[in-house]
Amino acid sequence: MTKLLILTLIAINFLSVALAVEPGEILEDAALENRARKISQQVKCLVCQNETIDESNAPLAKDLRILIREQLVKGMSDEEVFQFLTDRYGEFILLKPTFTGGNMIVYLAGPILFLFALGGAFSYIKRQQKAINLDHQSLSTSEQQQLDELIQSD
Amino acid sequence: MIAEIGHFALVLAALCAIVQCTLPLIGAWLGWSSWMRIGPVAATAQFVLTSLSFSALTYAFIRSDFSLALVMNNSHSAKPLIYKITGVWGNHEGSMLLWVLILSLFALLIGYFGRELPIRLKSLTLAVQAAISSAFFAFILFTSNPFERLSTPPFEGRGLNPLLQDPGLAIHPPFLYIGYVGLSVSFSFAVAALLQQRVDAAWARSVRPWTLASWIFLTIGIALGSWWAYYELGWGGWWFWDPVENASFMPWLFATALLHSATVAEKREALKNWTILLAILAFSFSLIGTFLVRSGIITSVHAFANDPDRGLFILIILSVFTGGALFLYAYRGNSISPESAFSPLSRETALIANNILLIIAALVVFLGTFWPLAAELILKRSLSVGPPFFEIAVTPFLVALAVILPIGSTLPWKRGSAKNVLIRMRLAMLVSIIGGIAVLYHQSVSSLLAPIGLALSVWIIAGVFTDFWYRIAPHKFELKTVWYRCAGLPRSEWGKSFAHTGFAVTIAGISAITAWETEVIRKATPGDLYPISSTYSLRFDQVGNTQGPNYEAIRAEFSILQNGLTVQKVFPERRFYPVSGTNTTEAAIAMGLFRDIYVVIGDGNADGSFTVKAYVKPLANWIWFGALIMFIGGAISLTDRRYRLASGYRPKRFIQSSV
Repeated sequence: MTKLLILTLIAINFLSVALAVEPGEILEDAALENRARKISQQVKCLVCQNETIDESNAPLAKDLRILIREQLVKGMSDEEVFQFLTDRYGEFILLKPTFTGGNMIVYLAGPILFLFALGGAFSYIKRQQKAINLDHQSLSTSEQQQLDELIQSD
Repeated sequence: MIAEIGHFALVLAALCAIVQCTLPLIGAWLGWSSWMRIGPVAATAQFVLTSLSFSALTYAFIRSDFSLALVMNNSHSAKPLIYKITGVWGNHEGSMLLWVLILSLFALLIGYFGRELPIRLKSLTLAVQAAISSAFFAFILFTSNPFERLSTPPFEGRGLNPLLQDPGLAIHPPFLYIGYVGLSVSFSFAVAALLQQRVDAAWARSVRPWTLASWIFLTIGIALGSWWAYYELGWGGWWFWDPVENASFMPWLFATALLHSATVAEKREALKNWTILLAILAFSFSLIGTFLVRSGIITSVHAFANDPDRGLFILIILSVFTGGALFLYAYRGNSISPESAFSPLSRETALIANNILLIIAALVVFLGTFWPLAAELILKRSLSVGPPFFEIAVTPFLVALAVILPIGSTLPWKRGSAKNVLIRMRLAMLVSIIGGIAVLYHQSVSSLLAPIGLALSVWIIAGVFTDFWYRIAPHKFELKTVWYRCAGLPRSEWGKSFAHTGFAVTIAGISAITAWETEVIRKATPGDLYPISSTYSLRFDQVGNTQGPNYEAIRAEFSILQNGLTVQKVFPERRFYPVSGTNTTEAAIAMGLFRDIYVVIGDGNADGSFTVKAYVKPLANWIWFGALIMFIGGAISLTDRRYRLASGYRPKRFIQSSV
């Protein structure tokens, strides 16, 4: 009996802690649920530090997960859901910044730097290439003769 | 009293660092060899004093001396001994003390292993190394004194975060720190080379082992941290692109690039300028990492200790050292001796491509990490950059790296031929393409991720075998000769094969777990039996409560069934730590070579059921197993003959015959 009591007490203690996505939240429609999970993985839990609402135990994250599912059930597309969230909470909530305005820098920096690096490497290799050609020309006939003599005398 | 001795030793160590920085520098400038020889002596004294200081702090933690503010805030008398000790670096002040301890250890090691180094290079390197430690000693003494006393010591400490009481978390910071700080040696060598305006193959040879050692420790540190997240955070996430993780990933990418470019500098006397720049940048990114973690400028789940004022101090250290070194590079970099030539299709070119891809990846990580800050300051937009961004922005470069890897590693130095490459690689190419197609048609999800990832993995491993085959050439020689060729391969070649294989194994693990993971979340009561994947079912056997050393827990028992037969039992727990009043989830993981089954138990409900999450994670272990193979590869390479010779090691036989 005491054992049961302790167990209950501990269980009550645990009630305060959720476990991210819970069975009650999951939608019947597997395709919708799948979309909801995908969206959740791109939405920041506003009260947590660097967690998605999909992996967070916070009550707010749970509310947001349910909110997203409600919008999906209403028939919103993924883009509309993201827009809905942004309108309500600001773009801070999106873990993938939108490709707009100054944000393009963060998306394009990689490819652009890559092209620059390729250009730099290409010109460097070109210069090396010239050095090779110079190497080949650098032996004059008399030098070649000297070299041959040296090799033969060995 | 012990604490005061520790504090005093720290001050003396700082003075030693100043001596080690100034006198050898003047000596090297004026050519006074007696002044230059002070370097190693001062380094030894600095190390001994810093160890004394660190030991004093450790002693205070073990004795639970709550008259020290640091111990009071970060320890508790009820903590197990091991976590009292690891608590020393589980906080800001202690971790900075560990940082300077490792710095001074590396200075000592330069003095010891560098006996064969030209005295001028060695004393300049030690001087630069000491300049870095002086800056960090000042940082500790002025902003983060670990030995601060409390006027009224309490009876009990406050530090008992149960999340932190875990072996994986407790031991991974020292590994990362050794990695970060090890890169300071490459940095010091680079700056010394610029100061003396001389860079040759011997210089590259002396830099490479230090970079390799740092890389080994960074690899292990990152893998341990990721593994900790996997089993501890409760749902099996293993990488979050969190700023603190990025802080360790950027130096790792740079160290990897540096390792490869140093090979070119050493073997081919090319890319020397570039190698110097990389050595400077690699350590700068270590400092940026430290800044990220210690300043708390970008808050994240892992930063348990942060303080903006200290951040400013580290930012100054970062700017002075990076800025100074880059200025010196711009000023002196061009005066470095000429480079040797190579053709566009050669291993040199492939390694340049490797460097470009690694560094662009690192820069994208850097930009993404700091973008929220930049956007707020410049664009006045408050936004976030998280995993979905990094996944699309960084992955392409790493995929490209995996594509060129086998080609580059079989290409000869100086000049290769496209025809030879095609002939050599055709089998590897065929095997990987067939492998990819086979995976595509056998997988149950419709995603290209796993087919591409696994094909790349096979491609790299097949490339390793191809490389090996052509090196020992069993198709050309008889068995005995092949054996000699095999035994005669330098250890660095073995190291390279292992490291590349490890990379391939990690790629396989990441692709499989990302594409194929399955998850079942539901309520379950003891006695329930339900499928969790096409092959596995889970049976909830029973649940009870249990008592740990410093926690109470609900413990459940599950059986994992495969085709109706029990293959393994797992025991997930929900723990409650009364002293700190916190709950934690202890996931139970049935580990397997080809899959992990990850079971988490959640809340008990009023009707007696529990929320149960069960995941099947294919090839999960391969992620860390690959890192382990990379580590082994690095370690084998570190024992290569040329480094033992460079560090002054001489086999006895050799000495006798030369007498």
